[in-house]
Amino acid sequence: MAGNREFFNRRLHSLLGVIPVGLFLVQHLVVNHFATGGEESFNNAAHFMESLPFRIFLETFVIYLPLLFHAIYGLYIAFTAKNNTSRFGFFRNWMFMLQRVTGVITLVFVAWHVWETRVAAAFGAEVNFQMMENILSNPFMFWFYIIGVISAIFHFANGLWSFLVSWGITVSPRSQVISTYVTIGIFIALSIVGVRALTAFI
Amino acid sequence: MQETKTKTVRFIISRQDTPDSAPYQDEFELEYRPNMNVISALMEIRRNPVNVKGEKTTPISWDMNCLEEVCGACSMVINGKPRQSCTALVDQLEQPIRLEPMRTFPVVRDLQVDRSRMFDSLKKVKAWIPIDGTYDLGPGPRMPERKRQWAYELSKCMTCGVCLEACPNVNSKSDFIGPAPLSQVRLFNAHPTGEMNKAERLEQIMGDGGLANCGNSQNCVQSCPKGIPLTTSIAALNRDTTFQSFKNFFGSDQI
Repeated sequence: MAGNREFFNRRLHSLLGVIPVGLFLVQHLVVNHFATGGEESFNNAAHFMESLPFRIFLETFVIYLPLLFHAIYGLYIAFTAKNNTSRFGFFRNWMFMLQRVTGVITLVFVAWHVWETRVAAAFGAEVNFQMMENILSNPFMFWFYIIGVISAIFHFANGLWSFLVSWGITVSPRSQVISTYVTIGIFIALSIVGVRALTAFI
Repeated sequence: MQETKTKTVRFIISRQDTPDSAPYQDEFELEYRPNMNVISALMEIRRNPVNVKGEKTTPISWDMNCLEEVCGACSMVINGKPRQSCTALVDQLEQPIRLEPMRTFPVVRDLQVDRSRMFDSLKKVKAWIPIDGTYDLGPGPRMPERKRQWAYELSKCMTCGVCLEACPNVNSKSDFIGPAPLSQVRLFNAHPTGEMNKAERLEQIMGDGGLANCGNSQNCVQSCPKGIPLTTSIAALNRDTTFQSFKNFFGSDQI
């Protein structure tokens, strides 16, 4: 395997983006959506997630380590590209560029989000409805969260499309077109879930 | 004296005198002739290398060979798009016509670039069918006609470099070999005799600068002058290398 480290890293990067990071994103958005049912409903859902057994292991192996690898290797990938959408304005080339831009935005957002919630929790703050309500009462932070959440969802949906290509699942142009439509659908559906949850806090 | 103004064609050409010198622009105005292409215009400039300022300059340097879009030598960036200058008809181009070298490759002089890296990549991926031996190997297995016709499309690649120029991941920061040699791996792996070296070729493109560097911008398939299904080739190779990597890792006593 030493001979093809790059191949291995790239494939691992693609896999981790979907499993587990992508799945975690979907789960996180769905749990957040409990906020639309009011403060109590959100706090109950958050409490349930917090009281999962072996939480520190789940967080480390399902979230932190895969996310860290995906983020760091992703930055390297993003900065080795030389974007040329001005010369080649094809749809997929725009998606290629946006995948890299949203990846960087998502990284900035997630870093801030983890700092504000998880790191704050480690210093004694309680992660609950009220905490999010406080954060999102600032219009700047609200829009920062909207942009961050939409970027993350776009990056996931479009990344799912390229995951299917990178692993050789969608080979024919037709299957790639259909998976484009499916991933656009996923982007729109998850965006509704994410934005609804955010607006529920204000 | 006649007052009629002759129709002219304007060219803005990006030039550079040596591989390391700074590029500059030179502008030329030529008398229009019907059915002109970019090459005939460059030949006209070569015949009388005088720019719009009336200065006598050196003829423009560019590569060309077949003049019928099968050799790939005369590729350059014409009005922002990489393509062959032999099939770039002046009547179909917006004026002034801007010519630039394909800067993804090292520029030799003016519009002439060095595409050696592509030929090196073809050697790396063993883009041939080994039939030489110390004895007569006999006739190879037959290829179904339908498959031959399909493979013919992939064999149209002329190593012109347009797909590398269009690819955002082929640049000075990466070792990516680009779409063209990858598609050749698919071509030679599909051949009944070439298939015997399938694993070797796949392992080569699983190395550094190989297949995994593709970021799916799909500019290559949109830009290929020969309409080669480059992204289908890449996706098909993604599948082949997935299986190959499982085979390599989990093992199999079959070669």
